[in-house]
Amino acid sequence: MDTSFDFEKPIADLQQEIEKVTQIAQKTSVDMSATVKELESKLEKTRAELYKNLTRWQKVQISRHPERPYTLQFIELMCDDFIELHGDRTVKDDKAIVGGFATINGETVMVIGHQKGTNTKLRQYRNFGMANPEGYRKALRLMKLAEKFNKPVVTFIDTPGAFPGLEAEERGQGEAIARNLLEMSVLKVPILCFVVGEGASGGALGIGIGDKVYMLEHTWYSVISPESCSSILWRSWEFKEKAAECLKLTAEDMLANKLIDGIIPEPLGGAHHDPALMAQTIKNQILKDLSKLKKVAIDKLVDQRIEKFCSMGVVQE
Amino acid sequence: MAWFKRDKKGIFTSTEDKLEAPDGIWDKCPSCKKPLHYQEQVDNLYICQYCNHHLRIGSKEYFEILFDENQFKELFPKLRSGDPLNFTDSKKYTDRLEESYKKTGLNDAIRSAHGKIEGQDLVIACMDFNFIGGSMGSVVGEKIARSIDYCIKNKIPFLMISKSGGARMMEAAFSLMQMAKTSAKLALLSKARIPYISLLTDPTTGGVTASYAMLGDINIAEPGALIGFAGPRVIKETIKRDLPKGFQTSEFVLEHGFLDFIVDRKELKAKLASFIRMMAN
Ligand SMILES: [Zn+2]
Repeated sequence: MDTSFDFEKPIADLQQEIEKVTQIAQKTSVDMSATVKELESKLEKTRAELYKNLTRWQKVQISRHPERPYTLQFIELMCDDFIELHGDRTVKDDKAIVGGFATINGETVMVIGHQKGTNTKLRQYRNFGMANPEGYRKALRLMKLAEKFNKPVVTFIDTPGAFPGLEAEERGQGEAIARNLLEMSVLKVPILCFVVGEGASGGALGIGIGDKVYMLEHTWYSVISPESCSSILWRSWEFKEKAAECLKLTAEDMLANKLIDGIIPEPLGGAHHDPALMAQTIKNQILKDLSKLKKVAIDKLVDQRIEKFCSMGVVQE
Repeated sequence: MAWFKRDKKGIFTSTEDKLEAPDGIWDKCPSCKKPLHYQEQVDNLYICQYCNHHLRIGSKEYFEILFDENQFKELFPKLRSGDPLNFTDSKKYTDRLEESYKKTGLNDAIRSAHGKIEGQDLVIACMDFNFIGGSMGSVVGEKIARSIDYCIKNKIPFLMISKSGGARMMEAAFSLMQMAKTSAKLALLSKARIPYISLLTDPTTGGVTASYAMLGDINIAEPGALIGFAGPRVIKETIKRDLPKGFQTSEFVLEHGFLDFIVDRKELKAKLASFIRMMAN
């Protein structure tokens, strides 16, 4: 297994040791299965221990693991059927946000999410999950379509931010995100949002207004990335770990501050260790929530959604 | 314009304590660098008389310029920020706040007030750039939200004057969620069919642009203001080339279709009043 993080070195060491012992066993025909078994159980324990005590920065790293499942993989793993829909009907089709009608256990939902690429070429094609205004406008078009046909909306959030480009500014990046915030807050169908990787600022929030907003266990969500925060506050990229601590950007932090509705547990070692299990866990949550939310009168649901976001913030009178 | 011909004393005699700068205080115009006398600035609505550069001003000045006889009732004046994240960078957030209270005499980066403009009711929420860069934290979001509730309840049009570097980092995700809060409230204002005017002034960037500043029934701006989502430095670093001249100015944003018009500060009151009158009759 590819362990790409520094903090996973104890795991990598144990894996190497297991391999060495296995090789010796093969060469010498000595039965070392007991040793191997012991090492394997030690490895599992080490992994469990490591993942129980991750620092905030380590979680940020996991959220960016290049093998993590992205929106299209989640759709493939949890939906029976999917018809991808393209374009904002004005400028172009943004490849950093995908969406379309899908069925989950026979039920039609509109799924929309950021999409990162799975190799160097595709990462560029998907603009690293950084959407332009047309991505947000495509998302809004699809949400309106879902509203028209009374289908719930599910969004997957995973972006390092809305794209800070020349054309993005010309075509109103700010307006596009703002419009989505307003429209999503009053959309007359249930909305479920899942932060499945990086939840960076307005680019994340732009598809993040939901009746239920969840974060996967090892993701982050904040107003700025730890690196950018570090560069602004300490004039250097070197304080990203400290910035991650200050920002309190993990799922646990966000839940404690009542800024999200729940945490979705990830498979041990992160979502990329078992995408199918991850997808199944999310799917179960979607089905559970939709059956509940569909029983609430839509006007009441919208009122509750607005009320929830309006109660966020800490002020002194 | 009728209002501008009024006795200047009437406009500028404030009901609040006003720091009268002694004679002989001069500033340099940040644009043309010509020296500007303090009283000349006041008399000219803080516009450079040589190059028409609109100097950055705060809620105090905008209220003076816009409200009839500078009469208004301030709304929710006491709201102050908490420190939910216990945030410390080079200094504690709470210390930073204390310093800002002292330095500016303000309670946060926004003030809201109910007054009249050419005899018509108007609520103005106006950001103050002097207070931690006009950054949007919980107080900014909450005050806008409550002001909108007030407008809905009393059926009064709402003017938002934005002037902000964006989110307040020291409130992290709390700050982010103010974008959601204010946008949701504006949806309710819109449903109540109460006019919302968004005035973007120099600078309006980041999360403010990506929420309430861009959601006006009409979006208007002062000339020459920096308006954008991403900051120019970030964009330059991303695309690795120089930005075109005039990029992200009011004039650029108007040209690309995201503003209804640009208004000179001297015409601002008359134009706002006339729009409100049109919506009311
Ligand atoms: Zn000048």
